[in-house]
Amino acid sequence: MSLTESSKSVFTEEEEKEESFNALWIKEALDELPHNFTITDPFISGHPIVFASLGFLKMTGYSKEEVIGKNGKFFQGPKTNRRSIMEIREAIREERSIQVSLLNYRKSGSPFWMLFHMSPVFGKNDGKVIHFVAVQVPISRREHHRKLRNVSGDLSDHFGSCRREVCFGNFVHQDRALPLECDDDDDDDEQGLEDWEHCEASESEKLKAVEAINNVLSILKRYIELSGRLVCGKRYCLRGADCLSSSLVISLGRIKQSFVLTNPCLPDMPIVYASDAFLTLTGYKRQEVLGQNCRFLSGVDTDFSVLYEMKECILKGQSCTVQILNYSNRKDKSTFWNLLHISPVRNASGKTAYFVGVQVEASCRNTESKELRPETKQLSVVGAVRVAVRSSFMVTC
Amino acid sequence: MLKIKRVPTVVSNYQKDDVADESVGCGRNCLGACCINGARLPLYACKKLEKSGAVEKLVISHEAKEPPVAFLESLVLGEWEDRFQRGLFRYDVTACETKVIPGKYGFVAQLNEGRHLKKRPTEFRVDKVLQAFDGNKFNFTKVGQEELLFQFDAGEDDQVQFFPCMPIDPENSPSVVAINVSPIEYGHVLLIPRVLDCLPQRIDHKSLLLAVHMTAEAANPYFRLGYNSLGAFATINHLHFQAYYLAMPFPLEKAPSKKMVTTVNGVKISELLSYPVRSLLFEGGHSMQDLSDAVSDACVCLQNNNIPFNILISDCGRQIFLMPQCYAEKQALGEVSPELLETQVNPAVWEISGHMVLKRKEDYEGASEENAWRLLAEASLSEERFKEVNALIFEAIGCSNPEEELEGSTVHQQNPSGSVNQKSNRTHGDPITNGTTSECLVLQ
Ligand SMILES: Cc1cc2nc3c(=O)[nH]c(=O)nc-3n(C[C@H](O)[C@H](O)[C@H](O)COP(=O)(O)O)c2cc1C
Ligand SMILES: [Zn+2]
Repeated sequence: MSLTESSKSVFTEEEEKEESFNALWIKEALDELPHNFTITDPFISGHPIVFASLGFLKMTGYSKEEVIGKNGKFFQGPKTNRRSIMEIREAIREERSIQVSLLNYRKSGSPFWMLFHMSPVFGKNDGKVIHFVAVQVPISRREHHRKLRNVSGDLSDHFGSCRREVCFGNFVHQDRALPLECDDDDDDDEQGLEDWEHCEASESEKLKAVEAINNVLSILKRYIELSGRLVCGKRYCLRGADCLSSSLVISLGRIKQSFVLTNPCLPDMPIVYASDAFLTLTGYKRQEVLGQNCRFLSGVDTDFSVLYEMKECILKGQSCTVQILNYSNRKDKSTFWNLLHISPVRNASGKTAYFVGVQVEASCRNTESKELRPETKQLSVVGAVRVAVRSSFMVTC
Repeated sequence: MLKIKRVPTVVSNYQKDDVADESVGCGRNCLGACCINGARLPLYACKKLEKSGAVEKLVISHEAKEPPVAFLESLVLGEWEDRFQRGLFRYDVTACETKVIPGKYGFVAQLNEGRHLKKRPTEFRVDKVLQAFDGNKFNFTKVGQEELLFQFDAGEDDQVQFFPCMPIDPENSPSVVAINVSPIEYGHVLLIPRVLDCLPQRIDHKSLLLAVHMTAEAANPYFRLGYNSLGAFATINHLHFQAYYLAMPFPLEKAPSKKMVTTVNGVKISELLSYPVRSLLFEGGHSMQDLSDAVSDACVCLQNNNIPFNILISDCGRQIFLMPQCYAEKQALGEVSPELLETQVNPAVWEISGHMVLKRKEDYEGASEENAWRLLAEASLSEERFKEVNALIFEAIGCSNPEEELEGSTVHQQNPSGSVNQKSNRTHGDPITNGTTSECLVLQ
């Protein structure tokens, strides 16, 4: 889930009527595009697909329900080139576009080569990534050739550089030529397909991918401009610089336990990230907690000396574990004993960038004998957060 | 005999400068006979590996019981963080500044001023890749039990087995995972196969498979295992692998490669192109064991031919890099330039993979792709020697030599500025016959 209005998902279901109308509008507009493409939301845990075009569904043989909510790696299999996967992973981490040949599998289990072209979608106001779009152009068999894998080229040249008419003309031509010229290539059975380490797309396929992605991006852009007007001026606005990068959020989204990150450099140390499990535990919505100091969890019966103890540790930059009575916003408004661990977290330059707070509900602590100790689990969240934060700040300087 | 002097890395708080005292009932809660009785440690037994790449689902089903991240990762991170908060490390590695060096390879530089201080240089013999285990020197039976995280077992079962508190059985020497008290990144651990058997630093099929298993079970492409042979900057002659988290690709992993051969078991062997250290990449195979065995065969061959090497296991155990090297030999012969030696950077597995741990602020601030390249290129075998070594390896693995390449396709190692490494008049990495005439010491 996103932190700011401007870095708001285009597809997130909202309570407000006008917004779901907009979500509908954008889906309809995207459905009219003929391309195979998917759109993901990096702010949802697991970085799932939130939109899949009809062409994409047809190509892969899956229904919409089977695809929405899945991570893109769902379509990979044993013969998918590991190097290409690494290149995509890194492009996502660095929030840049990439074009790479990729072997995927249909629902039937049959593999196929496609040209994968992915691009980040930036929010209008703060320039943060809000989505990723990927188009998948099938690579025609005729144009397969075995090739040495090569270092991924820089795509920025390609991007947006071709005129629509040119691409379209090219594409029509290639398409029509295909059945006629596809003759003595019949030994291209699956055995052959599996042997390929790399399958280079033709120039026309590359242009087709660029054209498709530009079409999708221009619809999204129009929508973001339109909806930017509609949803302006609501609660929980954090300033642009305070919201986390998509790569950090993707890393944090892997961690399935209740935790929050707070930013000690902002006044009153507000929450800047809250995990799904935290929202389940406390019963609050994400937008209700982001930007707030964690003290909304305590209430009249909360022990003040414990609050004081925590504050001392935070000021000294130390970690601490306390047991504290917290008040939930769940339906029954119940209280719970929170076994809370707090630690400072440093970024790549070695400075404390966040505090992480990991919550364990005390009543849940009795565990089966074959499980990790609750303390180990809790500390593993701290470790996973440290690894994520440390590397996400490792920028080229 | 060839030796170099270097400051050994302190991997355990129980590592002394000199020969360790051999007192009985030592009171430090070690792994020796004195203290092992009643010792307990979590035991993680991984599921048996069927096919390569079959690293999929977690076994734990009920959501509430789910570990925060994959089971083994949670175990490593949670136990490591526990030791971190107990203050067992010599410094806080997350306080060490780190950055990506600008350029097209993306070398990673870390400023680590604390890692190598407080120790005086020691002599290391670098001309023998295989040396007998010496119980008088520091070894991992002497570490304190608090430095151990868990026992790790290659499972026979289809499911992961976990026992939070398992007695250590001295009769059945366990493989253990311990912290490295001088970490170079978060989660830096040591995997010590059959610790009580006191194996020397030497690759055998079973131990390498265990290491590949661990990389696969960790299920995180940013968790790699590495290995340094003697003569390639291992400082402790007790069989161990290292591992840690670095959430970005290593330049070595990004280097393009060119396929050379495929073994009968489907293991594809490629050579890396345009990387400063000439290296082989092993991947594929009908099973993870096929892959691991092919690499083990290659390593055994290198060991028998007295060629120092490093190994990097990456991509959840799907890719294994093998890097024969000759830096220490050159250093002992006085052929490494003083500027390189001054940085005191030893090109062990992590450096060769592109993660440069720098000891001096000026080196960190002035870190450039050029500098990194120059250092690593010194470690590489020459082109001719690399070919010879490959021929040995392919023979050992039992696959025919790849066709001699057609003209024009010879690969020159280029540095970023485009100039081809000049060939030195001597071929480095030649097997050095034992008991040779040259007796040289290098003082840093
Ligand atoms: C918008 C988008 C669409 C994607 N579509 C696919 C796809 O169709 N097929 C595929 O193999 N990977 C796809 N991916 C890539 C995977 O989701 C994933 O990022 C990749 O496997 C590398 O990361 P990993 O280490 O999590 O596997 C897509 C990624 C994004 C951002
Ligand atoms: Zn003892």
